[in-house]
Amino acid sequence: MKFLGLFNYWVFAILLVIGLYALITKHNLVKKIMALAIFQSAVFLFFITMSKIEGGTAPIVQAGVSGQVFSNPLPQVLILTAIVVGISTTALGLAIVVRLYEEYGTIEDDEILALDRKA
Amino acid sequence: MTTLLIGVFLLLLLVITAVAIVRSTDLFSGVMLSGIFSLLMALNFFLLDAADVALTEAAVGAGVATVLLLAGLKLTPSTEARARPVRPIAIIVVAIIALLMIYASFGQPSLGDPTAPAQTHVAPWYIENTPELVDIPNIVTAVLASYRGYDTLGEVFVVLTAGIGVMFLLGGGRGKPFSRLHTDPPQGLSHYLIPKVIARMLAPFILLFALFIQFHGEYSPGGGFQAGAIFVAGMILYALVRGEDKALAVIPPHVLLWMSAGGALLYGSVGLLGIAMGGQFLEYSVLADNPVTGQHIGIIVIELGVGLTVTGVLLSIFHAFAARD
Repeated sequence: MKFLGLFNYWVFAILLVIGLYALITKHNLVKKIMALAIFQSAVFLFFITMSKIEGGTAPIVQAGVSGQVFSNPLPQVLILTAIVVGISTTALGLAIVVRLYEEYGTIEDDEILALDRKA
Repeated sequence: MTTLLIGVFLLLLLVITAVAIVRSTDLFSGVMLSGIFSLLMALNFFLLDAADVALTEAAVGAGVATVLLLAGLKLTPSTEARARPVRPIAIIVVAIIALLMIYASFGQPSLGDPTAPAQTHVAPWYIENTPELVDIPNIVTAVLASYRGYDTLGEVFVVLTAGIGVMFLLGGGRGKPFSRLHTDPPQGLSHYLIPKVIARMLAPFILLFALFIQFHGEYSPGGGFQAGAIFVAGMILYALVRGEDKALAVIPPHVLLWMSAGGALLYGSVGLLGIAMGGQFLEYSVLADNPVTGQHIGIIVIELGVGLTVTGVLLSIFHAFAARD
């Protein structure tokens, strides 16, 4: 039972390193952006895991119902905004990749570096 | 117990999908897998009682992000150059990090522990005092818009800044937000009958649902961020089946730019209005005679600001990508 309770944290750790691994080994810039998104999602999962309370429910007060246990609203607020900020920054990264492709004709970072050295 | 097991199953699927994303050399399948990943993540959030977050993740991750990545792939090669040899040093480093974090997890309170530090600090205060001080049922919205209004204002400006950045990189310069709209051959999916018919039937309901999420966000899961993302998803669907120029005829480029900036401005103005009426920055209680009514007014207006900025920025970003060729 104790182990099942920690399972979310393990998945968080594994997703985080999957994202990190792809980020450092992949040379394709679009792939790097996807890896960053996985990394980011892992952190979201970590926060939302902390907000859960046993027997709790979503933090929305129902009229006439008392004695409810609510999960922690604070991590939910932080992650809710972080998701929208995440997509905006992903789009910015993608825009930079598109411009790089237009200038260099490739989206592999080692080829871009090689072109830069030649120039 | 059943919920826990479903959670374990979904988390395992999540890990498998993440591995598949990293391993696929075809970026198109990578993007589709990312959409599945987001949907699974949204289900997990829902199981963890985070209804608002699940709604956002589903709309943003599975909807908008997938389309943006596809729009990006349209402009760049869609396959990775070549498979490169696996680097043992990278595997060793990430394995050590993973093991350290799993080791550290044994010091974490287990899932759902009511005595965990995260549950005993400020959260009980929010849950206890929201009905009296803010008097809206959705505590998440209350924390987002009222207690942590500064945070949210900052996030709105980050979204706006990212939008400005994309417009700088991909836009068409002064007076022309989107570089060039190609009007050659049939655009989008307009020559496929079934997607066309279905999407035309769905789009108005998606937009209506977005408005419901926007204005009912105080009472049920929802708010400006979710509504903005869902509205954008609806408009993107419309743009995909009818062509981008049709979508731009519905919401013209300059309106999009005004929405992006206007939403953030509206939010900031509410804060300044609080000062002008004798309170502090973003103090809504002074906006009306009754502090609770003031809170209601403040929250509705700033959520509208958030919704406008998110809609404006995400839709501008989509058009900026789609217009480029």
